[in-house]
Amino acid sequence: MIIHHPILGPRDAQEFVYLGDASLIDRPDGMTAGVEAFHDYLYQRTNPAGEHQELWYHEQGDRSWLVVTRNTVTHEITKVELARDVARARGRTK
Amino acid sequence: MTQSHRIDGGLIDRTKTLRFTFDGIPYQGHPGDTLASALLANGVRLMGRSFKYHRPRGPISAGSEEPNALVELRTGARQEPNTRATVAELFDGLEANSQNRWPSLRFDAMGINDKLSAFFAAGFYYKTFMWPKSFWEKLYEPIIRRAAGLGSVTREEDPDAYDKGFLHCDLLVIGAGPAGLMAALTAGRAGKRVILADEDFRMGGRLNAETLAVGDASGADWAAAVLAELAAMPNLRLMTRTTVIGAFDHGIYGAVERVSDHLPTPAKGKPRQILWRIYAGKAILSGGATERPIAFENNDRPGIMLAGALRAYANRWGVKVGERVAVFTNNDDGIRTALDLRAKGVDVVAVIDSRPVGDLLPGIRHLHGAEVIDTSGKLGLKTITVRQSNGATETIAVDALGVSGGWNPNVNIHSHHRSRPVYDAGIAAFVPGPEGPPGLLVAGAAAGQMSTHAALKTGRDAAIAALDLGTAPDLPQAEDAPVRISPLWFVHHGKGRAWIDQQNDVTVKDVKLAKQENFTSVEHLKRYTTLGMATDQGKTGNVIGLAIMAELTGRSIPETGTTIYRPPYTPVAMGALAGRSRGKEFKPFRLTPSHHWAKEQGAIFVEVGNWLRTQWVPKQGETEWRQSVDREVLATRKSVGICDVTTLGKIDVQGTDAGAFLDRVYANTFSTLPVGKCRYGLMLREDGIVFDDGTTARMGEHEYVMTTTTANAVTVFRHLEFCRQCLWPEMDVQLISTTEAWAQFSVAGPNARKLLEKVVDQDISDAAFPYMGAGNITVCGGLRARLFRISFSGELAYEIAVPTRYGDALLREMLARGAEFDPVVYGTESLGVMRVEKGHVAGGELNGQSTALNMGLGKMVSKKKDSIGMVLSQREGLTDENGYRLVGVKPVDPNGKLTAGSHFLEKGAAPVAANDGGWLTSKVYSPHLGHDIALGYLKGGDKKIGQRMRAVNLLAGLDTEVEIISPHMFDPEGVRLRG
Repeated sequence: MIIHHPILGPRDAQEFVYLGDASLIDRPDGMTAGVEAFHDYLYQRTNPAGEHQELWYHEQGDRSWLVVTRNTVTHEITKVELARDVARARGRTK
Repeated sequence: MTQSHRIDGGLIDRTKTLRFTFDGIPYQGHPGDTLASALLANGVRLMGRSFKYHRPRGPISAGSEEPNALVELRTGARQEPNTRATVAELFDGLEANSQNRWPSLRFDAMGINDKLSAFFAAGFYYKTFMWPKSFWEKLYEPIIRRAAGLGSVTREEDPDAYDKGFLHCDLLVIGAGPAGLMAALTAGRAGKRVILADEDFRMGGRLNAETLAVGDASGADWAAAVLAELAAMPNLRLMTRTTVIGAFDHGIYGAVERVSDHLPTPAKGKPRQILWRIYAGKAILSGGATERPIAFENNDRPGIMLAGALRAYANRWGVKVGERVAVFTNNDDGIRTALDLRAKGVDVVAVIDSRPVGDLLPGIRHLHGAEVIDTSGKLGLKTITVRQSNGATETIAVDALGVSGGWNPNVNIHSHHRSRPVYDAGIAAFVPGPEGPPGLLVAGAAAGQMSTHAALKTGRDAAIAALDLGTAPDLPQAEDAPVRISPLWFVHHGKGRAWIDQQNDVTVKDVKLAKQENFTSVEHLKRYTTLGMATDQGKTGNVIGLAIMAELTGRSIPETGTTIYRPPYTPVAMGALAGRSRGKEFKPFRLTPSHHWAKEQGAIFVEVGNWLRTQWVPKQGETEWRQSVDREVLATRKSVGICDVTTLGKIDVQGTDAGAFLDRVYANTFSTLPVGKCRYGLMLREDGIVFDDGTTARMGEHEYVMTTTTANAVTVFRHLEFCRQCLWPEMDVQLISTTEAWAQFSVAGPNARKLLEKVVDQDISDAAFPYMGAGNITVCGGLRARLFRISFSGELAYEIAVPTRYGDALLREMLARGAEFDPVVYGTESLGVMRVEKGHVAGGELNGQSTALNMGLGKMVSKKKDSIGMVLSQREGLTDENGYRLVGVKPVDPNGKLTAGSHFLEKGAAPVAANDGGWLTSKVYSPHLGHDIALGYLKGGDKKIGQRMRAVNLLAGLDTEVEIISPHMFDPEGVRLRG
């Protein structure tokens, strides 16, 4: 697979490490959320046959975490974003 | 008698003679020959025995689709089984042997299987070897394994190198027949970067095997002229002997280039094969088509071939397979074979044409509405029996028969992304379906475009479409004959066996049996009969098999459907997949800065992750590892010891939020740590399990240095980057791994400070550099260094770090300047002994299943702040009062033996899972205490200190009475480390 890194351009997937569902960005606040919320955050995943947002880490590269939108059936990648930007857009800034 | 069957013409170099042997008999051939063409030129038709029935077999094809002629090439370390003689390029001195026969190819004792064929139908194994169950493993399977299989592999190491390579292009053209050549020419002239790959050693595809003209030249000459033009283009890469094996994601193709397979040994510095990864903007599959046979009784005798192969051997290799040849066909392409052979002077005795009516060939006996119903000839074809349209049968003496059942487009690579081929009734074959791999176009016969003109045109058009080109070369004149075929899959006659898949010995009868047992879907048919599951993936047999199933079930062929293909297109040597990653290169070692010093001392090394660490350093006279380790431990605790701890992960954490960041990734608090101090940190996973531990020092207001375990150096860094970028992007914090930048040594023991004072430029007295102190210093008169007063051994200890390139020098300097303290260098074993004596957790305890509470470190998890894993570490089940707790263990009898992995049992309890109280995680011999000691996880262990239990290991035969003690077994008050 080829991942079009937003900064570095097309890179072979071998340079990356896969983590999983990009919902891992949405970590609850440990001081207010309880065990239930963390359980859902950590263990509840959708398993779509189709478009999936997932986290890839450019370990053999610039160490960016990326959010890759990939079709799990065709492997077509339609969008690649810096995870930092996605996290900010989701309001993960104080 | 040499080359008795060689005739005029062909693309071979008759000025040179190549000598080779087959089963020890010497033969001769010419450059340009394959092993198969050379053997056929010498009148050898018998080349192998079949997989199951051990039937005598010869080649049926002249290409990579060959199911039968599998041979062993070469001897010794380069012996290579299951090689297709039809693509093995002849070289001088080649030694080839037949396989799957004993004692000889002509007389094979296992030929008895053929007589017993009634017992070997599809599903035979499943039904026969069901019981008694215990017989399978001990009796049936070994016998079956011995009887089946084909060649044998060498037991020696492969002496050749295999490489991996990476290529990029605008257009990859797969197959260099007329379509591929035209596509490459079109794109090449437009200046695009093109790779043209072909599995053959001579490009041109069928043009080399036909007498058809292209423009004013013969097909082969036209191909040669185009190739000369392409070869001169700097933007074009011609790759002969290169099989594109698969279409992968996003325009990535795999290809195997057989660089040296056609040479006795690879040229100096050259690999045997290269596995290429080709990144192609677009690709064109122009892989041609494969002829398929017609199934009839005893259609597998040597001398019975695909008609196009007979023609190829005559035209390309100047070989007549037989003296008297017949052709059995259901389409016009078979007629072409008869005409070409006759033009070569071969005696074509009959054309058996299953089509009821049609033009008669002048000068050849042409029987319409006729079929071949049987053959004879034990080791090679002698006669065929023909049933004519009026029902009369006739036996005709022939020694070669060409069979043509039509041509199947080579859709394989197009279906690698699961695209289903669709049936084209016009050519009675499957063509590529919609939605193949993105960016892959199909041209020529692979697309069902069977004429030369259509191949040239679709090749050119595909290149234009793929690259959006404005101009294109004119097409040369070429034949444009329509496909005229009347499908015939198998001859309805008699009860004998008619082969479909010759490599796996699947016959029409097996398909009938599959139907009878209701395995009627193509996928079930495949798996029940093993049709198409051999190494040739059923290139010649699959379509016949499913067409017969269609006929038997009264469904149409489109209704029946087809199975699809997966990579690789043809078998790939394991060596090519491994490339250079074998032996030491499979997993290179990382060496520590003290490695060379340790090697000089004759140290014993151990693999720790990718690192090679010193395990112990034996002194002269020490014959047993314990002698060395006991000495190292005692000397360290008595005076001073040095250990290379460079392998621990080191991460610089900087920024105005560095402290706050560490508070969130560690269970305990770091923002309150004073500058110039260290603290032990415990890192959890989000699920509450301990992830890693280590010491982190605050070197400045906004600057920390974290250490991780050796094993987790990479994963901790990855995790921290995840936290920084994905969870808390607002934080001002930067990370960099400095594991490789600093050589770090632990200096431990009562004389540690005195030794360090010999190299450190600053005051490091207890007052100036107290316990858990950290700071930037200089050594040996100005070299920048870092010093941490931390201890894993329980002694007065420091870790001193210098830039990596000075690591070796620092070690030698410390040993030289501190010689009066008689320092030892200790390895990982002594490190382990001392940390177990102190009750520090390491690999055995940090097992990915244990919590801080289990380790007796529950109080370290601060609830006053949010940190990774804090919430879920409080889960019910992880906070069980009677859960596992870290304990120390000693044998009641000092001579009692312990072993890691032993389980805790109450005295008198049976050694069964229900009575299991936990297990020993780490065990060492303590030279101080004079007996074995261990750490372990014991249920409710914190309440069982002082109790007696048993440590039982049934595998090691140990059942030892033990006393549960505090894990802090040496200097529990920590007097020594504050010394």
